[in-house]
Amino acid sequence: MSELILLRHREIPDINQLEVYRQHGGFEAFQKAVTSMNPYDVTDQVSKSGLRGRGGAGFPTGLKWTFIDFENWPHYVVANADESEPGTFKDREIMEGNPFQFLEGVALAAFAIEAKEAYVYLRGEFWQIAASLDRKIAELEREGLLGENLFDTDYSLRIFTHLGAGAYICGEETALLESMEGKLGQPRLRPPFPPSFGLYGKPTVVNNVETLTNVPLIITRGGEWYASIGTEKSTGPKVFSLSGRVNKPGNYELPLGTTFRELIFEHGGGIPGGREIKAIMAAGASSSLIIANDEALDTAMDYESVPKVGGALGSASVIVIDDSVSIDWVLRKTLHFFSHESCGKCTPCREGTFWMRHIIDRINAGEARWSDVELLNEVALQIKGKCLCALGEFAIEAVTSGIERFEADFRAIAASSPDGE
Amino acid sequence: MIAEKYAAEIESILAKYPSDQKRSAVMPLLYLAQREGGYVTKDEMIEIGGILDITPTEVASIIGFYTLYYDHPEGKVRLQVCNDLPCALRGADEFLEQLCENLGIQVGETTPDGSVTVEAVMCLAACDKAPMFQAQTAESLAYYENQTVSSALEVIEKLKTQDTAS
Repeated sequence: MSELILLRHREIPDINQLEVYRQHGGFEAFQKAVTSMNPYDVTDQVSKSGLRGRGGAGFPTGLKWTFIDFENWPHYVVANADESEPGTFKDREIMEGNPFQFLEGVALAAFAIEAKEAYVYLRGEFWQIAASLDRKIAELEREGLLGENLFDTDYSLRIFTHLGAGAYICGEETALLESMEGKLGQPRLRPPFPPSFGLYGKPTVVNNVETLTNVPLIITRGGEWYASIGTEKSTGPKVFSLSGRVNKPGNYELPLGTTFRELIFEHGGGIPGGREIKAIMAAGASSSLIIANDEALDTAMDYESVPKVGGALGSASVIVIDDSVSIDWVLRKTLHFFSHESCGKCTPCREGTFWMRHIIDRINAGEARWSDVELLNEVALQIKGKCLCALGEFAIEAVTSGIERFEADFRAIAASSPDGE
Repeated sequence: MIAEKYAAEIESILAKYPSDQKRSAVMPLLYLAQREGGYVTKDEMIEIGGILDITPTEVASIIGFYTLYYDHPEGKVRLQVCNDLPCALRGADEFLEQLCENLGIQVGETTPDGSVTVEAVMCLAACDKAPMFQAQTAESLAYYENQTVSSALEVIEKLKTQDTAS
């Protein structure tokens, strides 16, 4: 891609300063919206752009905004900056490098749904980023870009930051809202969804940081311009977080539809130590394990294509696993994560992740029979479809796909265990 | 008492939320309470409950649920190493083990002089720059990326002396 749309600080290093951001068109979109557009027109452009949620679900952003209940007031926008998925580190770079574009996106979303208050919910570890955003919000208020009667209209908007305190589950939107209300971060039963029953029971839009950062340029240049990037159904650029066994891990902004091969081998510089690529996790620790054969490597990274090779694009956090790694070790890592992060509300997830962790520890220590592998798979399937949120589903993705697609790794352990097959 | 010590800050925190939704301020108030000592005392839980019209038990449940709140003191410097999958693929497990060996402690323990606690924690969103850790002191929380054992030991020395200087 010739021009960066999200990671613009890589081309304009001082864009994290308001003056520089404004020299490059910053806050023109927000001013244009507030002074000359109907809120619905903003939503309409976002719908036309085809923008889909970048937090993982890929839900059409404009459509989400139209779900807001206009019979119930006030409305809220909450930016989800809880970025906690192992393998995901894109929102952090956006908020550090290009913070004003993100804040302008928050402001545009708020205008679109006629909210006068917006919150940015950041994970507690992003303490310094929150402090920096607070200073930037204060600066915007001094410059008349946030606050009362903006641009001499009757529209007013304030943005506040709110820090979480170390809980992966708070990235789930209803758990995030519970946490903001000062409660345990545990998911709510849905429906109702946040656009009808959100923060304090009021209509609320929850959008990911990267999603919102797209919005200013969509309003400036139009939804059709945005829709011309990427593929027909997966439009726009995406920040791919590349990690694991690659030479050049990092964030790469590329059009949706770029192949795994291009990301991993051209941009990421391939696999270190002359090793072969074995598996890909496309959506962080929540992913199934995709066998990294030619068909998978030549697959376009978009919402429609990745499922064809048995995965999901999710937040596009690509973890590369090479042939020196045994899949049972990968599962041990992901299961320790999910059993720690299960919020405890739903029994299948709370107990299931606990027992899966114990079984995988035994397998990884080489002390398991094949029946233990089968038991692990069985426990995983008992979690499927039985919980309020997706955490339980995420926890079993790697387990069930790993056992099915990399059976040899598990057969070898069972064969060499003291108890035999 | 945090109400006297941080009166202005408490007021600006409460102003962020609707006046009938004070409970939302529980997380920022807990951060205030543990700013100096690194943990929240029982008296502070009672006090925060009083400010927000919730019970001390509800305040304690928040401390118990979230990993960044503490109800007891640990080392002056808390070193939290991420050893989740992406970091472990870049050597975080070995880094953690060798760092603890150097400090003469096990993961999760505090050095005998009470200065450093080393913990393994979940993903910190810095997967491309592992091995990495966050260091928490009473005053700050900062990320240190692309670390080696010797660079980490230097960071520890620096944070320890900063702490005595203040």
